[in-house]
Amino acid sequence: MTPESTAAPRETAVGLVVVDVMPKPEILDPQGKAVAGALPRLGFGQFTAVRQGKRFELSVAGPVTDEVLAAAREAAVQVLSNPVIEDVVNVADGEA
Amino acid sequence: MGKIGVVTFPGTLDDRDAARAVRLAGGEAVSLWHADADLKGVDAVVLPGGFSYGDYLRAGAISRFAPVMGEIVEAAGRGLPVLGICNGFQVLTEAHLLPGSMIKNDHLHFVCREQELVVENNETAWTREYARGQHITVPLKNQDGQYVCDERTLDELEGEGRVVFRYAGWNPNGSRRDIAGVCNEKGNVVGLMPHPEHATEPGFGPDGANGPRSGTDGLRFFTSVLHALVS
Repeated sequence: MTPESTAAPRETAVGLVVVDVMPKPEILDPQGKAVAGALPRLGFGQFTAVRQGKRFELSVAGPVTDEVLAAAREAAVQVLSNPVIEDVVNVADGEA
Repeated sequence: MGKIGVVTFPGTLDDRDAARAVRLAGGEAVSLWHADADLKGVDAVVLPGGFSYGDYLRAGAISRFAPVMGEIVEAAGRGLPVLGICNGFQVLTEAHLLPGSMIKNDHLHFVCREQELVVENNETAWTREYARGQHITVPLKNQDGQYVCDERTLDELEGEGRVVFRYAGWNPNGSRRDIAGVCNEKGNVVGLMPHPEHATEPGFGPDGANGPRSGTDGLRFFTSVLHALVS
């Protein structure tokens, strides 16, 4: 680790917003189903179902403000998810 | 001669075949570039198949924001005939020109086969020269081909006659109600997962009544729209 990266002052720290997107409950999730089928074969018999979603990490140059979170929510609905098949289940400050 | 634009996005594969199909049908094919907000005065547009932007995020999700798409959405609203094939269909759903979406095939495999379809609606810009109930065979090749939308939208589509094609014989991807293609309310925008442009020239199509690779069932997509432009 370089000295620069450890000495960054708090004000200029890179902020992170996490966005989680999941397939809608009523939509069949073929990938999750395939993973659920593989788990028991590897000895993980206790998991009865798997659903597979997506996690996005959005970096910003400054702190994660309310404005940044609002913009992330907007991006989550407009671009990161398709409301026909997916739900945005979480938009949060990744550092908090 | 009618001019049909064929859009190329980064990762589009079937633009040359689509342009060839347009020429075989007697039209002039005009190449449209994703980054140019210019439809070059074409009379209709084809969004061809492929894996634009590698299907990253969701199939068609990034292409939807290409500069050419803004022009296409606006022109489609004015009645410009638009056909989305496979990835082009996915782009049209992401652009909200057509309802629903495509998710991974229910069996999780890439599928490539000669697929039988039933023409359910022969009143769209792209299907006028088929008979209602006609069975056609064209290639199908995709991984994210499972058509989904909520039950209310499905009922609306059925009620308004907007299911244009249904899979016959075997549903190759788990699509709701065997839907292979749909159209918008006006019928000028049509999208389907199978590939009519690959069944337009004897010797290069699916096996047909006249022997191996003789099938040209897809040609009427292109003659339908071209003849409508003339009349």
